[in-house]
Amino acid sequence: MSSIKIRSKRIDGKTQVRVLIAHPMEHGRNRDKANQLIPAHFIQELTLSLNQKVLVNCAMGPSISKDPYFAFMLKGGEIGDQISIAWADNLGNKDAADHVIK
Amino acid sequence: MTNYRRQFIKKTAALAVTMAAGLWHMPSALAFWKAEDFAPGLLDATLKRLVPNQKITDTDQITLKIPLIAENGAVVPVSVSTTLDNVKSISLLVEKNPIPLAIRFELSPMLDASVSTRLKMAETAEVIALVETSDGIYRTKQQVKVTIGGCGG
Repeated sequence: MSSIKIRSKRIDGKTQVRVLIAHPMEHGRNRDKANQLIPAHFIQELTLSLNQKVLVNCAMGPSISKDPYFAFMLKGGEIGDQISIAWADNLGNKDAADHVIK
Repeated sequence: MTNYRRQFIKKTAALAVTMAAGLWHMPSALAFWKAEDFAPGLLDATLKRLVPNQKITDTDQITLKIPLIAENGAVVPVSVSTTLDNVKSISLLVEKNPIPLAIRFELSPMLDASVSTRLKMAETAEVIALVETSDGIYRTKQQVKVTIGGCGG
């Protein structure tokens, strides 16, 4: 089960892409029930590509909310085009997902 | 018996060193994330690192859509769009967060200069959108009142 959900919507020749990622985005200052610090665990990089071509490089810190959400607006984008999202976090975890514009 | 224990300690120590080295190397797997941009500190210091020549133009050509009062600082929805041309990147900063830079989008010309995301805010503060174009760096800011801090989220 991928951590990434991608939705696209064609609006007046443009394509809106919405991305939702399941991730704790811990900034390292929260404490758990035993009052121990929870180590920082957050996504650092996210890329969006259209047909294997990178369109957005995103660098982020822990100030992004838990289960991060992003929305982008593509100029163009045809039915059948492939959108890919990939992320990497500070603990070396990675995930990627593809989506075809309908 | 003692001998065995010595060996065990030695091996554990060696393993710990290897693991630490592994952890140390992990950030290099990332392509464009710069630790110095996301260093904790005050907003002014972060702005100085992001914009070394300090030339920031305040403009009303950037639309920053964000609630004036955020009920929950852990999830503050924000949208930035701009009518400026040749946009290279959009950055969002939160004035009083321990790490002021929240996110930096590097956009290709194949996208509209319009992005949305959700921010965490530690307390009532200004949210700043920086837009980098081929002509310079532009800024818009908005004060957001936070009624519950983002520390819990």
